[in-house]
Amino acid sequence: MNPLQLCLILSSLLFCIGLAGALARSNTILVLLGIELMLNAANLNFIAFWRYGPHAATGTGVVFVIFAIAVAAAEAAVGLALVIAVHRHRKSVRLQDANTLKG
Amino acid sequence: MNSTWPLLSWLVFTPWAGALLVFVLRSRLPENFARALVLLLSLSTIALGACAVAHFDPAVTGMQLTEKHAWISALNVSYHLGLDGLSLVLVLLTGIISPVALYGTLRHSRCPAIYGALFLVLQGSALGVFVALDFFPWFVFWELSLIPAFFLMKLWGGPGASRAAYQFVIYTIGGSAFMLLGFAALYAAAGTFDFVELAALARDGTLAAKLGGPGAFWPQAVFLGVLLGLAVKVPLFPFHTWLPPAYAEAPTGASMFLTGVMSKMGVYGFLRILWPIFPAPLQAAATLLLWLALGGVVLGAFAALKQTDLKRMVAYSSINHLSYCLLALFAVAAAGSTNPAASAAALSGTILQLFNHGLSAAALFYCVGILEQRSGGKRGLADFGGVRTAAPLFAGLCGIAMFSSIGLPGLNGFVGEFLIFRGVFGLAPWAAATATLGLLATALFLLTFWQRVFHGPAAGAAVNFRDLDRGELLTLLPLITLMFLLGLVPQLLAGLINPLVTTWAATLP
Amino acid sequence: MTLAVQHLWLIPALPLAAAVIGALVPRSGRTLAAGAAIGAMAGAFLLACLALAGALADPSAHQVFNFSWFDLGAGALRLGFLLDPLTAFMAVMVTFVSLLIFIFSTGYMKEDANAKQFFCFLSLFAAAMLGLIVANSLLLLFVCWELVGLASYLLIGFWFHKPSAAAAAKKAFITTRIGDLGFLLGLLWLQDAQGTLLFYDGGAGFLEPAALANLSALLPCGLAASTAIGLLVFCGAVGKSGQFPLHVWLPDAMEGPTPVSALIHAATMVAAGVFLIARVYPLMAADQALTGVPVHALTVVAGIGAITALLGALIATAQNDIKRILAFSTVSQLGYMMLALGVGSWVAAIFHLLTHAFFKALLFLGAGSVIHAAHHEQDIRRLGGLSQKMKVTFITFTIGTMALVGVPLFFSGFWSKEAILHAAHGWQVSHLPFYAAVLGVVLTAFYNTRLMAETFFGSSRSENAGHAHENGPAMTLPLVMLAACAVLLSLVNLPSYPWLQAKLLGLHEVHGHPLFEGAGLMGLSVLLVALGIGFGWALYGRHPRAKAESPDPLAARAPGPMSALANRLGFDELYAATVGRLNDALATLSDLLDRFVWGGVIRFLAGLGQFTGLVSRETDERTLNGGFDSTSKGLRGAGQAYSDAQTGEAHGYLRTLALGFVILLILVVLGGAR
Repeated sequence: MNPLQLCLILSSLLFCIGLAGALARSNTILVLLGIELMLNAANLNFIAFWRYGPHAATGTGVVFVIFAIAVAAAEAAVGLALVIAVHRHRKSVRLQDANTLKG
Repeated sequence: MNSTWPLLSWLVFTPWAGALLVFVLRSRLPENFARALVLLLSLSTIALGACAVAHFDPAVTGMQLTEKHAWISALNVSYHLGLDGLSLVLVLLTGIISPVALYGTLRHSRCPAIYGALFLVLQGSALGVFVALDFFPWFVFWELSLIPAFFLMKLWGGPGASRAAYQFVIYTIGGSAFMLLGFAALYAAAGTFDFVELAALARDGTLAAKLGGPGAFWPQAVFLGVLLGLAVKVPLFPFHTWLPPAYAEAPTGASMFLTGVMSKMGVYGFLRILWPIFPAPLQAAATLLLWLALGGVVLGAFAALKQTDLKRMVAYSSINHLSYCLLALFAVAAAGSTNPAASAAALSGTILQLFNHGLSAAALFYCVGILEQRSGGKRGLADFGGVRTAAPLFAGLCGIAMFSSIGLPGLNGFVGEFLIFRGVFGLAPWAAATATLGLLATALFLLTFWQRVFHGPAAGAAVNFRDLDRGELLTLLPLITLMFLLGLVPQLLAGLINPLVTTWAATLP
Repeated sequence: MTLAVQHLWLIPALPLAAAVIGALVPRSGRTLAAGAAIGAMAGAFLLACLALAGALADPSAHQVFNFSWFDLGAGALRLGFLLDPLTAFMAVMVTFVSLLIFIFSTGYMKEDANAKQFFCFLSLFAAAMLGLIVANSLLLLFVCWELVGLASYLLIGFWFHKPSAAAAAKKAFITTRIGDLGFLLGLLWLQDAQGTLLFYDGGAGFLEPAALANLSALLPCGLAASTAIGLLVFCGAVGKSGQFPLHVWLPDAMEGPTPVSALIHAATMVAAGVFLIARVYPLMAADQALTGVPVHALTVVAGIGAITALLGALIATAQNDIKRILAFSTVSQLGYMMLALGVGSWVAAIFHLLTHAFFKALLFLGAGSVIHAAHHEQDIRRLGGLSQKMKVTFITFTIGTMALVGVPLFFSGFWSKEAILHAAHGWQVSHLPFYAAVLGVVLTAFYNTRLMAETFFGSSRSENAGHAHENGPAMTLPLVMLAACAVLLSLVNLPSYPWLQAKLLGLHEVHGHPLFEGAGLMGLSVLLVALGIGFGWALYGRHPRAKAESPDPLAARAPGPMSALANRLGFDELYAATVGRLNDALATLSDLLDRFVWGGVIRFLAGLGQFTGLVSRETDERTLNGGFDSTSKGLRGAGQAYSDAQTGEAHGYLRTLALGFVILLILVVLGGAR
């Protein structure tokens, strides 16, 4: 078993844990945490494909990941701010309560 | 003769310009001033008509005072106005009936300014029909006259007016549509819309040749189309069923104008368009048409006998009287050049009858209008009785109008009817003999009307009936005076038309 | 001094002017209106006398004055005035009788509020009648003829608040108009055939021999053109002169005030028909020379006259209204005149016309005097005993009756009737009219005796008759003058000196016969008159009626025929059942045709238009618009379904995401196994 496969298995596990968390929990913050885990699984894939891919010298994977982390940070900030706003409004952080934006 | 001053344009467009003026200023004018203004503008026709009489030379049988300008050169349409004795008589009639009808009814009408403006539009359109010599402007005037008539009828009319107005307009437009098609075909063949040119083409036979030769389908079809349009307007029996409800439901002033002037437009069309442009098809169809006219004379009069609504009764008498005109015309067309003296008498009679019927029918409608107004909208034969006791003056004047309509000698109605009968007898004796039934029935229903409404003890709405006031007297007096004048001195009108009619009779095919 | 023909129009113009004055003055101006009417009529009488002098200067001449009325075709329609003895005698008679009647009316209409209108209409009537007399054109004559009809309409319906008067006026106008239409057709035919309607026009008039020759052509039906025209013109005379079968209007016309009855329905208007036939006599007689034609115009005239003479006299025997008896006697006497015309003696007809005008006016005015005195009681059964109370009326009325009956020698009616009987006796075609006339003489004597006996003798049978007393001089003076004329008029045409006859025929010298020529016939007629009077006196005079309700002796003996006669032989009912019914049927038919057939066709066409509109609308709605509708509806449904997927449940979205991931995974794994 080569290192790439090991990395991919790890990231898959990580993604599944994140997904399970996001689906199972009803606390919005924990759902967000699950999503972050899935995101990081993807980041891990980027790093792994870069490191063991044909162009390891170029550094593209790191750039992708850094961008993704930056965006994820901003996203988390906005997401948390939304959660706080919803909490202020509804006195609740349950994801099921915030369902008014339907079609 | 080309006059430098466009008299006829002034004649036609003064009422229209006046209508615009009154309509624009309607809310700013005090009502009385608006009434006076409308009346003044309406009187312009008789003044300009008098000018036309002064410039008119009866001995010239062609068109006079002509104006001709190119209008739509791509279609060879020109703005062509002109006048002969026939037109002049009808212009004078319009000039008399319009102001009288306006004067008689403006006082009691809602929104006098709008009523007056519509009336002036109507007046101008009728005048346009009588002087236009090109089909295009003529048809514009012809159709345009329907619009003010429609609104006058619908907005100022009686309870059934809306329905009657729709029927009137749809029926008439239905007829006109065929006429328009006919003229489109005519234009396609001859390339002109001008009545004078078309008549000249018809005289030398080229028109029929262009349409595909005599006896072919097209001349017949075109003739029928034009005939239908005119027959509905006159109306020729049996296309008359729109008339009684229309006349009955229209407001009095409009009824006076409709019967006095508009009913003449159809007969004018017969004389100006159908007869000169389609002499051969008309001659072929004349015997059948003669029967129809006879039907109008006899059945119209007998139907009047059965009416209980006074306005419908007078309306039927109009059908009867106008059918005399058509009877004479068709008799002349059928007989051709066999008896020029009789033809001249018949045609003179037709034109005089047009004028005379205008006077007497308008006066009768006005009298029925007075009855209706005094009694709060009643106009049934049985609603009155003994009006003569309460209103001797009204009874007297109405009686004169009635006897004029019966055709009593000494009043105007006799001259026209006598000449028509004299002519028709010379051309188709059996038709004249049958038509006397119409004379008898006319006397019968008018005297029945007179007996039921004016004689007997005062009853119904006639109790406390007020006699004529000054305005009503002034409305009736011009008409009554003319009835006497033209009954005693028919030369006044006959002098204007006789040379023309004599030429017509002499140049019959 | 004579009146030239150019100024003849003044005779009708004077009363016309009076009529205009009468029309224009206010209701209070009755004195002015009456004064104008009487003054104008007196003036017209003087002018008529001057005209007579002018005409008698040369009785054979037809002086004419023609003028153009209006241009017509290449020529003009011409009218004219004519002065000849016939015109002049008629004008004098009409003006004189009218004048007396006008004077009588001032008394009779004293209490009527509308008297000024009455004089206006009377003047109009006289003007029209005079215009008719002086006309030299059949058209002008027709014009005045119709105006006479109008004036009679107005006068009969003068008390228009009475429904019966209004109905009678209409009936008179319509019935005479039926005849007039025939007249009109005859006139049109004549104009068409001859090109002129002038009687005399220096050789070109249609009564002159040159023109009459044109009319002898035979029509397809075998009649000569002149016969047909003559008969059509005669239709007018039948209507106006109350001849059978158009006599029904005349008795009803008694609804008018009595002076009107005297003026119109005795003396002048009904005489217009006789005058007309006398005036166009050359036309009527133009076919006499023809043989082999089925009928001559004058034969029909004689036949109608004979029937009318007998019929009128028969019906008069059973009437009870004093004016109606006189009315039917007028019908009968007019029949005599027509008979005279028909058998060829138009001069006898005119003589009888003139004498009849005077004595019948006298009788009607006498009746008016009785009615006025008896407070409008007209039923002879309720009168009676007036001979003592109203002496002047009684005496004058008796003179009038004797003239009408034909009491010999001293009364004008005797001589004029003798002339007619002689003419009828000498007629070659048939003796039937003569027998009818002879029978009429007996009946006339009989019913007049009855009238006299019932009215003036016996006792007063009602309160009104009991209170009657003689009227004032305005009413009695005309009676006296007319009575004088009824006697004196015999002198103008005695057989021994037939002055009138000679002048009418245009002779300068008068050729007389012995006074009693044909004494056998004269004796017969005297005998018949005596028989009639005796019979009447035996029935009504010897035992005067005691009460108004007592039965009539004749009706008691022959109830069937007498009640038929009292109902005027059912002519009115017959006409109502035939002509009236036909008229109604035609009117209903026309109305129904209009409402249902012509109107129905139009409604059908309109319905057809509406139907095609409906079809077109349905097509539009169902197919075209329906397609668009369902498409857009589907789209909208789809959108709805999609939007339902957006639940707002973040977990749902995440589950979808997971599902997608799993599917992706499966695809990758399966695809990876390639």
